[in-house]
Amino acid sequence: MKNISFLVAGVGGQGTLLASDILAEVGMEAGYDVKKSDVLGLAIRGGSVLSHVRWGEKVASPVVRKGDMDYLLALEPLEAMRGVEFLHPKSIVLCNTKAMPPITVSGGSEVYPPREEVMRVLQSAAATVYFVDASAEAERLGNLKVANVVMLGAFSTLLDVPRKTWESVILSRIPQKYVALNQHAFHTGCSVVKRSQPS
Amino acid sequence: MNKVLLSGNEAIARGAYEAGVQIATGYPGTPSSEILATIAKKYKDDIYAEWSTNEKVAMDVAAGAAYSGRRTMVTTKQVGMNVLSDALLYTVYTGTERGLVIITADDPGMFSSQNEQDNRWYTKLAKIPLLEPADSQEAKDFVVLGIGLSEEFDTPVLIRTTMRVSHSKSIVLEGERPSVPQKVGPFVRDQQKYVCTAMWAKKRHPVVEQRLVNLARYAEDAPCNHVEWAEHSLGIITSGATYAYAREVFPQASFLKLGMTFPLPEELIRSFANGVEKLIVIEELDPFLEEQIRAMGIDVIGKEIFPPYDELLPDRLTQLALESGLIDEAKGMTHSVTVPTDLPARTPVLCAGCPHRSTYYWLNKMKMPVAGDIGCYNLGCLPPFNAQHTMGCMGASVGVLHGMSIAGVPEHAVATIGDSTFFHSGMPALLNMVHNQSRGVVIIMDNGTTAMTGHQDNPGTDWTLQGKDAPHVELEPLVCAMGVEKVLTVNAFDIGEVERGLKECLAYDGPSVLITKGLCAQLDRTPKTSYMVNPNKCIACGACLKLGCPAIVKADKVDEKTGEPKAEIDPGLCVGCDICRQVCPVEAIQISKGRESQGER
Repeated sequence: MKNISFLVAGVGGQGTLLASDILAEVGMEAGYDVKKSDVLGLAIRGGSVLSHVRWGEKVASPVVRKGDMDYLLALEPLEAMRGVEFLHPKSIVLCNTKAMPPITVSGGSEVYPPREEVMRVLQSAAATVYFVDASAEAERLGNLKVANVVMLGAFSTLLDVPRKTWESVILSRIPQKYVALNQHAFHTGCSVVKRSQPS
Repeated sequence: MNKVLLSGNEAIARGAYEAGVQIATGYPGTPSSEILATIAKKYKDDIYAEWSTNEKVAMDVAAGAAYSGRRTMVTTKQVGMNVLSDALLYTVYTGTERGLVIITADDPGMFSSQNEQDNRWYTKLAKIPLLEPADSQEAKDFVVLGIGLSEEFDTPVLIRTTMRVSHSKSIVLEGERPSVPQKVGPFVRDQQKYVCTAMWAKKRHPVVEQRLVNLARYAEDAPCNHVEWAEHSLGIITSGATYAYAREVFPQASFLKLGMTFPLPEELIRSFANGVEKLIVIEELDPFLEEQIRAMGIDVIGKEIFPPYDELLPDRLTQLALESGLIDEAKGMTHSVTVPTDLPARTPVLCAGCPHRSTYYWLNKMKMPVAGDIGCYNLGCLPPFNAQHTMGCMGASVGVLHGMSIAGVPEHAVATIGDSTFFHSGMPALLNMVHNQSRGVVIIMDNGTTAMTGHQDNPGTDWTLQGKDAPHVELEPLVCAMGVEKVLTVNAFDIGEVERGLKECLAYDGPSVLITKGLCAQLDRTPKTSYMVNPNKCIACGACLKLGCPAIVKADKVDEKTGEPKAEIDPGLCVGCDICRQVCPVEAIQISKGRESQGER
């Protein structure tokens, strides 16, 4: 069995690590050997966060080589672009559309790449790119923080693991009072990808 | 057996549980901090855990507990080992009554450290055994093994992880906790063993040397060292996380995978070397294994291919292996789209609502030299503040300030140090300033927590790691009692108060302390309202942007006269700290009525 490798990218504070933890645990529950590696920067919030997750019969390295990532799950477009060197021609990308400009942009010294440029770069690097406005969906659900779970819901439809495995892993990680909200977020994500056209 | 997905640090905590450890101490530091946090959370009833004031204190506490008959563990990040080492070196001579392991979490690649030191050398210096886990299963198992070795050979044992082992997750099979004593007996009175006075310690040194010989013998058959035979044309000796990377890059090679890397199993290495045509050592950072293997008279290649800096991740390892002809072609790496070079950087910034912002705002404006320290506030060295001009190690700022002062630097200088760092090692340096009387302002930035490493407790909090009540040590009376005559405490969220306090301290001819007090934005749970910029009032002067707040952004609207962009506040990030409102010259920033802050609370 070939390893399946995932790159999860986002910004500190977006729940990127929670998303990659869930992805790893789903793999374990689905019967795979699993390894994951996070890079946590100096600061708690605001920096780039990258996680490598691998599923396989026997996984050696938790860190994946460039050109070996089968999937990119990006919670932020700029961070998705930083991950393209890890992709190969058959990779699949799922990207949240909501931009979080870094302070170098909001402070005015640098320019955030325009939407068309994000699309062009991602499409040049992968076979299929899906965009999901997960932050808008999360805001509609009343809590921006569940954008990561919306993304996981959408991502789950691209993989061959039963939905109930995803749900049980996600709900086991969520405090009781947020269970309903996260269930909603996951289901929203599941239907969002069905609606959106692959581009 | 229960199968769980654990990080290396969580697995070490589990290992402590399964090794019968009863006391665990340490000082927070990335990438080690989650070990004690996990123990406090998951094994609270079985293991006493504390954040000590610094690593040396943690090690002394551990020594005392292990002398008293408890299995004990100490945790530190790699540079904390330098602080800890003074205490380690005497425990090597004394040994302990029960097992004692020290965990050092090294940081190849320097993700969160001031240097890239390789702590494996400490075991050669101290003459103690060294274990290097490669994944979470080994991280757990090696704690159990380490406690066993510590008791069998009467020595402290060092377990060295790296960031990748500590922060990577892999599957672990959980075991059981052995039965441990509920009570200990009277304290042991074995002076010739436990009093390291020269006349007695001198007799302990040969014991230490003989112990090393015995450990080397043990290493030959240690189950944590093993050979994986494959093709005999290339043999690789490796340890730790590097093993996992090398397995991926060299799938055909034979491996000698060392779990115990000091002292080394010479016969095992010799027989492996004899079984392969070409022998290489792959290790991150220093040639620790390579030099020892060469000293055995065995021909081995290492650092001439694999440089002694940065991680040896699979990508880099593949590249180096290709360049040196160790492999002909690599899997993957066939299609690499390069990342556009002009992507805006995402440098870490002080959070929206950070209490440190006001201090660096003024330090930037006043342009004086600043000796910095370790903590979130080190971000004060970056734009837009550029207001930190030295930073070296925990507590260094105060001593460096004193040095600047006695050297006769013509400007009035300041030091910036956080509350936890001040308790850790700033206090002796401040006493030194008082005793030797120099001029300078020590700014203690009291945010009520050890923020950067994940909000651990310290003597300034009224709770401990295990959630017990603790006396909250107030900085102002403490500093006064240390003999500082000029001490001011100001509200960090009041920009005028910070300015006045700073100016008053700067005018003082002697050592002074300014305490800028304000709760860390990540801990402040009081509901506040987010702010907004009134675009009709904003004159696009950029004053608020000089605060480096991630919530303040340049708007699309521009000022008609200057063409400069006006400011805008992201309500999703703003936590209503009020600092930007205070710096705005035209009162354009106001509370966003009816809009509760959605910022991270």
